[in-house]
Amino acid sequence: MSPTVVALSIITGIVAVGSLAAFYAKSRHKMDLEQWTVGGRGFGMVLVWLLMAGEIYTTFTFLGASGWAYSRGGPVLYILGYQPLMYVVSFFVLPHVWEAGRKYRLQSQADFFEVRYGSKYLAACVALIGVVCLLPYAQLQLKGLGLIVQVASYGAIRPTTAMIVAFVLVASFVFVSGVRGVAWASVIKDLLLLFAALFIGIAIPHIYFGGIGPMFAAIARAKPEHLVMPGATKDLGHAWYISSVLMTAFGFFMWPQNFAASFTARSGKILRRNAVFMPLYSITMPLMVLVGFSALLVLPKLSNGDLSLLAIVRQTFPAWFLGIIGGAGALTAMVPAAIQILTAATLFAKNLCRPILAPSMTDPEVAKLAKLMVLVLTSAALYLAIQTSVSLVSLLLLGYAGVAQLFPGVALGLFSRRVTTSGVFAGMVTGIVVAALLMLTGHDPYRGLSAGFIALCFNFAVTGLVSVLTPVQVSGFEKPATAVAAS
Amino acid sequence: MKRPSLGAILLGLIPFIAVCFSVSLWDRISPTVFGLPFNFFWLVAWIVLTPLCMWGAYRFELRRESGTENQKGGER
Repeated sequence: MSPTVVALSIITGIVAVGSLAAFYAKSRHKMDLEQWTVGGRGFGMVLVWLLMAGEIYTTFTFLGASGWAYSRGGPVLYILGYQPLMYVVSFFVLPHVWEAGRKYRLQSQADFFEVRYGSKYLAACVALIGVVCLLPYAQLQLKGLGLIVQVASYGAIRPTTAMIVAFVLVASFVFVSGVRGVAWASVIKDLLLLFAALFIGIAIPHIYFGGIGPMFAAIARAKPEHLVMPGATKDLGHAWYISSVLMTAFGFFMWPQNFAASFTARSGKILRRNAVFMPLYSITMPLMVLVGFSALLVLPKLSNGDLSLLAIVRQTFPAWFLGIIGGAGALTAMVPAAIQILTAATLFAKNLCRPILAPSMTDPEVAKLAKLMVLVLTSAALYLAIQTSVSLVSLLLLGYAGVAQLFPGVALGLFSRRVTTSGVFAGMVTGIVVAALLMLTGHDPYRGLSAGFIALCFNFAVTGLVSVLTPVQVSGFEKPATAVAAS
Repeated sequence: MKRPSLGAILLGLIPFIAVCFSVSLWDRISPTVFGLPFNFFWLVAWIVLTPLCMWGAYRFELRRESGTENQKGGER
């Protein structure tokens, strides 16, 4: 058998096992809208862990982190910096989000805004931001899958074909399984990724350099500037590091799927305890970074940094091992993509379309529209993945700049009585406009600061100012649950 | 909503200071620790130290929550 056949059949096998786990988990539960989206609010510590931590193990971890270590050097450290901090933020925010979720039966992030601020237009705006930002994130996963199949087939299968296959897999995965199936598929995915990261993160530096220390020593001799910021870039220095770390740490749980994952928990305490220990899960990140750094000296002439991990695995190990790594990579792309698409589709149907365009829709009709949107959004992500050629990390930063703009509305909504609907609305729109202007005109970073962070500062300032100028409002969270039913 | 306790907030600030705001103090190669450049070692160390801080914060919140429950009991 040729190495291509070996590698590709192992990848297919792993993907099949992951999908079977998802279908099996689903078959034991009746699927209504609440079961499909928030798993009936009955997840214990382990499932919540898998669902939330599952979201950090994406293609971004696998190919993006090593890719940036390879192509940018020092700035990749921002990934190690924001990981523990986002859980610190979640420690303070998510238990309160969960409490509101239980009391008002919230299913999505937009529901949260609707109940807190009593405006379906604000909620629709939040849903729209969520859907638009999720597209580059899902696009990132499809791109990653394309790269994996391209490398595993030794160039025989073109990335476009691979992405189309990935598209069919992801869409059918979401259709059938819902959030519970996805959480169970995460079990297999995380185990494989953990194993893959530990093994290649330690083995590759050993094989080529005789250890991690000698590997760093070799880089420090050949390219010392690569190991500190701004690395191989001109403008990603310390100010960029601080601003990006803050933006991503505040933004992480503003991703609609991560925010809504807190509704799946059985209690708020589960979320708080998970927040304490989850940073330990990101121990794979530095290992991925090690692989990227090793590739820098071993394969110095790669055209695309995102290929560095796969390329070095292919050069070092036999085809069956490339198959295992590729399979782990494929699942780490598909499972998060499934959650992202599922969230975006539900947001669109439930918080954007029904309240604004068709108030008479019933729950089963919303569920049907959401499933249709799964197809539409996956197609859109596929189109973008084929059309554009930005690095994986850059795609993620683009989405972060958008979702981070939801943070003031959530944090102030929970902890301040003075914040008003108009304030949050004005701040959010300002933030999005500033972020879009800076990024579309090629000013990210601007004066050394990440564009999303600058936008977030404007957002906070405008939210505060407008809130103070508008009359005091009673928070929706102080009204009884019967008075403010979420749509 | 109830605001978090001061102790928990202070403990939560420690990781922010250590891995974010102080970047210019530790972003260098030497001294290497266990063969790792100092910046890399520092960040890996805080992946382990952050849970310690947050465990402390968790204890603070837990103690305060049981405190407020007792108060409620007293009011009844």
